[in-house]
Amino acid sequence: MVGARALPWRARPDLSGAILAVFAVALCLLVVLPIGWLVVFAFTGRGGGFTLANFRLLFSDPAFVEPLFTTLTLAVSVSLICCLVAAPLGWVVARTDMPLRRTVRFIVMASFVTPPFLGAIAWELLAAPNSGLLNQLRRASTGAGPEAVLFNVYTLGGLVFVVSCYTFPYVFVLVANALDRIPGELEDASSMLGGSAWRTARRVTIPLALPALAAGALIAFLQAMTLFGAPGILALPAGFHTMTTKIWSLFQYPPKPELAAAASLPLLLVTVVLLRAQAAVLGRRGYSVVGGRSGPPRPVALGPLRWPALALCLAVLSLPVFLPYLALLNAAFSRVPSQPLTVEGFTLEHVRFVFLELSATKLALKNTFLLGLLAATSGSLLALVISYLTARAAIRGHRVLAFLATAPIAIPAIALGVGLFLAYTRGPVVLYGTLWILLLAYVTIELPAAYQQLQAAFRTVSPELEEASRILGASRLRTLRDVTAPLLGPSLIATWCFVFVAVVRELSAAAILFTSETKVLSVLIFDLNESGDLAAIAVLGLTMLILTSAVIAAASRVPGLGGPLRVRHY
Amino acid sequence: MLLPDGRARAAGPAPGKITPELIEAAKKEGKAIWYTAVDLPVAERIAKAFEAKYPGIAMRVERSGGERIFQRIGQEYGSNIHAVDVVNSSDAAHFIVWKREGILAPYVPEDVALHYPAEHKDPDGLFASWRIWLSVIGYNTKLVKPEEAPKSFADLLDPKWSGKIVKGHPGYSGTIMTATFQISRDLGWEYFEKLARQKVMQVQSSADPPKKLALGERAVMADGNEYNLFQLKEKGEPVEIVYPTEGTPLIVGPSGVLKDAPHPNAARLLQSFLFSVEAQQLMVDSGGLRSMHALVKDKAGRKPLREIKLMKDDPAAVEKQADEIKARYSKYFKV
Repeated sequence: MVGARALPWRARPDLSGAILAVFAVALCLLVVLPIGWLVVFAFTGRGGGFTLANFRLLFSDPAFVEPLFTTLTLAVSVSLICCLVAAPLGWVVARTDMPLRRTVRFIVMASFVTPPFLGAIAWELLAAPNSGLLNQLRRASTGAGPEAVLFNVYTLGGLVFVVSCYTFPYVFVLVANALDRIPGELEDASSMLGGSAWRTARRVTIPLALPALAAGALIAFLQAMTLFGAPGILALPAGFHTMTTKIWSLFQYPPKPELAAAASLPLLLVTVVLLRAQAAVLGRRGYSVVGGRSGPPRPVALGPLRWPALALCLAVLSLPVFLPYLALLNAAFSRVPSQPLTVEGFTLEHVRFVFLELSATKLALKNTFLLGLLAATSGSLLALVISYLTARAAIRGHRVLAFLATAPIAIPAIALGVGLFLAYTRGPVVLYGTLWILLLAYVTIELPAAYQQLQAAFRTVSPELEEASRILGASRLRTLRDVTAPLLGPSLIATWCFVFVAVVRELSAAAILFTSETKVLSVLIFDLNESGDLAAIAVLGLTMLILTSAVIAAASRVPGLGGPLRVRHY
Repeated sequence: MLLPDGRARAAGPAPGKITPELIEAAKKEGKAIWYTAVDLPVAERIAKAFEAKYPGIAMRVERSGGERIFQRIGQEYGSNIHAVDVVNSSDAAHFIVWKREGILAPYVPEDVALHYPAEHKDPDGLFASWRIWLSVIGYNTKLVKPEEAPKSFADLLDPKWSGKIVKGHPGYSGTIMTATFQISRDLGWEYFEKLARQKVMQVQSSADPPKKLALGERAVMADGNEYNLFQLKEKGEPVEIVYPTEGTPLIVGPSGVLKDAPHPNAARLLQSFLFSVEAQQLMVDSGGLRSMHALVKDKAGRKPLREIKLMKDDPAAVEKQADEIKARYSKYFKV
C-alpha cells in the first residue's frame, strides 16, 4: 500500500507550488490591482504627487458629508427592517406547518431575480406621490383630494423601503437555512422538559438562529450601503445624494476620478471593519449543532393561525414581487404608464418600439447574456478549483487562496468599478472599452459568494471517493472532473445560476465601465430612466425577467448535474 | 475613403454631395453610430428612415443627455476608443470644445451649403445647427386651469407651486445647461436660489419633465423641451406650453462628423441625410423640433419662432461658465 500510494507521487513532480502561484497571481490581478489603483488615486492630487486634500474635502465639504450620513441612515434602517421582516418570515417558513411554505420560499428566491433598480422604477410607477397607481387608487377609493398622498417614494423613507424590499431575501435565506439545520431533538428535549411551544421557540430556536440573523443584518447593512441601483433612480428626484450616487456623479463631466477613489475608500473601510467584527463575534460561537445524525425539524403547529400567517407572508411578498410586476405589466401595455390598463388603453406600441425601433436592444441583450454565461461559467469554475484546493488542503498555502477569494466581499461594486476603470484605462493592458473589463468586474464581485457556496458544498462530500480515484492513478484535475464535480452537481448549478442572476442585475460597476459598444441591459434601462421612458423600461425589465428565468430553468436541467435548486448566499 | 479634398479650405470644405460612390463605400462599412441627445423615439425614427433609404447600413443610436454625451466622448477618447461616427449635442458649447481639441472632421453636406443661414454653420465646416428648439414652461391642463397657469419664470416662485414643479438638471442635460445659463444671465442666480426652495422634483433629461407632466406626476414644469410638449399635445395628452414673458431660452443642437469616425463614409452619408429636407421635415413634423433649413415648412398649429420672445444663445459663454454653473446649481438644489 505504501508503495502504491507513493508511486504516482514520485511519478509526477509536485505542482502545488506552481498551481498556487498561478491562482494567487490571477486572484491578485482580480482583486489587488484595482484596489491598489484606488488607493493610489485617492492620495493623488490633480497635478500628481501625494496629497491628503481629497480626504480633507471629503470630510469637510457638506456636499460629501451629507451623503455620508444619508448612506449610514439608509444602511442602518434597511438592516433593521430586513431583520424585523425576514426573521419571522424565515421562522414561519422553516419551522411551522403553515400551508404553501415551499411556494413562499420559492417566491422569496424569485424576488432575488429582480434588480433593485428595476424594483425602484416599478415603485415609482406605484408610489410616485401624484401619478403613482397606489396613490391614485387611494384617492379614487376614499374620494380624497389631489393633495392626499398615501406614500411618496421620492423620499429617504421611500428609498429605505425599496432597498429593504430587495435586500430582505438575503437575510431570509440565511435565517431560513439556519433554522432548517437546527435538529429537532433539541426542541423535543425542551418540550419534554415541559416547555411550551412558544417557550421552546424563545429559549432554543431563536438563540440558535441568532448568529444567522446577525450575519443577515450585517449583509443587509453592507448591501444597502454599497447599492447604487435604487438610489440611482430615486435619490435625484428626492433631492439628495447617497455615497454611491455621489461617486457616480463624480464621473460626470468634468470627471474627478481621484475624488471618486477617495470617496470609495470609506465604503471599503467600513466593510472591512464590519466583516472583521463579524468574524470575531461569530468565529468563536458555541452553537455547534452540526455533527451526529439529527432528526428533521419539528414543525410548530400554528393551529387557527395557519391561514393568517400565510396571508401575512403573501402580503409581505406583494411588496417586492406582486405589486411591482403588476405595475411593470401595466406600464408595458398601457398607453400612459400611470393609467390603469383598460381595453381601449391597451397598446403593443411599447413592445414594438423596444424590439423594432430601439437600436440598442439587441446589442444590450447579447452583451448581457454573453457576459452572464461567461462570468457564471468562469466564476464557478474558478471557485470550484479554489474551494477544492482549500477544502482538501491540496496544496501548501491554500489559506492564502481562501483569503484572496473571499476578499472581494469587502469591495463595494461601485468602488471596484472605479478601481478597474483606473487600472485598465492606462497601460500596459487597456481593457476599458472591451467586454473583458466587465467580465473581470463580474467575476471579482461574485467570486466570494461562489467560493463560499462551493466551499460549503465540499464539506458535505466525503473525500473517500476522491481518494479512491487518486489511488487508482487519476490526477487531481481528472478526479475533480470525473468524481468531485458530478457529486457537487446541484451545488455547482446553483452557484452558476447565482452568478448568472447576479451578473444580469448588476449595475454599479457596469455604470462606470460600459462604453457604447459594451452596453448591457442594466445600463440601457438606467439610461432610459434618464429621459423618463418608463414604458420601454417596463418592456425591457419584463424581457429580462423572462430570459433570466428561462436560463435558470435550462441550467437546472443540465444532464447529470441538475437537481433541486437552492440558492444560498454568503 | 472618399473625403472631399481640402483645396477650398479658405471658404471651408467643398460641399459634400451624396454620390453613388459614397453610398457604396458606406454600405461596405455597413454601420453608422450616432451619439445624440435628441429624445429617443425621435432619434430612432430618424435612424429607421436612414436605414430605409440606405438599406445595408445598420444605424445604432446612443441617446443620452448632452452633458453625458460630452462626458462619454471625453472618457472614450481619453482611452483611445473611437466608437462614434456622428455626434449631436443639445449644448452648442460642446462643439467649441471639440473643435478646439481637433476631433471633428470638416464636412459640409450640400443642403447645409445651399440652404442654411451663415450663423448656423461653422465657418470651417466642422458642424452646423441640426436642430433648434426651446426650453419652455409647461403645465398639465387637468391639474391647472389656463387662467391660473404661470405666465413667467417669476410666477413659478409663487408659494402655490411649492411641491408641484418638475425640472431637468444642467449636469446631465445640455438643454437645461444652456437654459440655466440664459436664465441666470437675464434674471440673475437669485431666481434659481428661490426656485430651489419650491420643493422641486429634480429629474435628469430635459425630455423627462414633459413626460412627468403627461403622467400627472407634477402640475408644472420649470424647464424642459418644447418639442416633447408638441408631441404630447398633438397626441391628445393634457399638456400646454407657456412661453415665459421674460423670454424663452433658445437651444441650438449642432451635428458634426468625428475625424476618427470608425465608419467615415457612413458618417458622412448620415450627416448629409440628417440635414436633408426629408430628415429635417420628419424631425419637425413628428418630432416637434424646429429647422434652419430654408425649404422646410413649419407645422400648422405651432407658434412660429419669430412670434416668440427669445433669450439670446451664447455658446462661447456657456463653454466658459459650464463648470461654475453646475457647481452653483448643485449648491442650491443639493443634487
